[in-house]
Amino acid sequence: MKKHRYGRSAWFVAMALGGGLLSSTAVAAAAGGLGDSAAADSNTPSFSNKLLLTGGVSEVEGSAGGGLTPWAVIGGYGTADEVGGNAFYTHITLPDYHLDEVGAMVGLYNRVELSVAQQRFNTEQVGASLGLGQGFTFQQNIVGVKVRLFGDVVLDQDRWLPQVSFGVQHKKNNQAAVLSYIGARSDQGTDYYVNATKLFLSESLLVNATLRYTKANQIGILGFGGDRNNAYKPEFEGSVAYLLSRHWAIGAEYRQKPNNLGIAKESDWYDAFVAWAPNKYVSLTVAYADLGNIVIKNNQRGLYASVQVGF
Amino acid sequence: MFKYSLHAVVVAATVLFAQAALAQNSMSPPSAAMAASAPRDPSLKPVFDEFGGKPGLVNLMNDFMVNLMADARTRPYFVDSDREHIKVELVDQFCVILDGPCTYTGKDMEKVHRKLGINRAAFNALVEDLQVAMDKNNVPFRAQNKLLAKLAPMHSAVITR
Repeated sequence: MKKHRYGRSAWFVAMALGGGLLSSTAVAAAAGGLGDSAAADSNTPSFSNKLLLTGGVSEVEGSAGGGLTPWAVIGGYGTADEVGGNAFYTHITLPDYHLDEVGAMVGLYNRVELSVAQQRFNTEQVGASLGLGQGFTFQQNIVGVKVRLFGDVVLDQDRWLPQVSFGVQHKKNNQAAVLSYIGARSDQGTDYYVNATKLFLSESLLVNATLRYTKANQIGILGFGGDRNNAYKPEFEGSVAYLLSRHWAIGAEYRQKPNNLGIAKESDWYDAFVAWAPNKYVSLTVAYADLGNIVIKNNQRGLYASVQVGF
Repeated sequence: MFKYSLHAVVVAATVLFAQAALAQNSMSPPSAAMAASAPRDPSLKPVFDEFGGKPGLVNLMNDFMVNLMADARTRPYFVDSDREHIKVELVDQFCVILDGPCTYTGKDMEKVHRKLGINRAAFNALVEDLQVAMDKNNVPFRAQNKLLAKLAPMHSAVITR
């Protein structure tokens, strides 16, 4: 009951944050539309002056990045003098499961990013066949912090230095009893990652590499640690994105995953995506994701769709 | 095995990045020659043609200046300046970078921008105004990025706060 309440209050916080961001986005968009009336003197509040798409989109754990992995960019369109923020909704449809997710983030002065997200992983018929009940849902809340250490993903075109960030994602799953039954050692865990993102502008190509230390099973939806392994493992994640125009990018991602549970082999994840940002206030990402084996079902390949609003 | 060698590579790369960052911090700022104008790059000659040669650059700069004056974020930096002269200098500068038959005789970039108090927001606003002008002049996106990649390093001479 207590856990249920925790989950629900986290949901409300996420929705309230999202709502607040939506309304401030509307205000920002309206003010942006006024354009000339706001003179560019230093006293005028300014926002959204990062270049289009250079804040990334919202990845599956709520941090700024691609779809499956965080990038070293700080989310939102705030430059070093500005604050940015956004809210997102993501849906992943798989043959035997689906995932709904909401979240929000704030980017502070292109230095620090704070994020919250809630995932609801619905087991559909699989839940029934495992005796958990049809539509049994694992709910996970994630709080993230990312700090840009050095480098500038866009401007550093005359040297090979990438933008490098360090981040933490703390995750709490609401199904402790089931997780314990399947062999997970904990219902909560913390991931630590370092990532490097480089834009090769002359080639219109963005490359990201992330090294994550984690105990999470299926990113935490199946808990943390397990009967097979209960130690932190380093996992590699990579993204490549090709810029088609200022508004369109296509790319592919890979995410290596640990294999801690005896009940099922966990697969690495892949996706191929298209991202569209008609302006700085909204973006859409659609991907074909291959999430491999998830518990008793193989070949979980399906559609990933995410909408983000912000400034 | 593959997994762990991959990790070794990533860790090694991260360490190298960190060292490079430290090295960058301890080195002196880019040389004055760099600040004056980006160097001529013979490999960009095809890009010069995609910009429509020198006449293309003249048209581009006309549209660019219109955008800069219409943008509240950039207008204050140009409203009291000799805009016709700036356009001529920009044509020459871009022409040289793209290995066109021009010479840049303009002032040192760092001297020109030193007292303007330009921040990243204003710098990015200028980039956006240039992108819109390049779109209007049908410069292919890849060619746009090849030019922008040469202009981006000038940020150290332009952004002063």
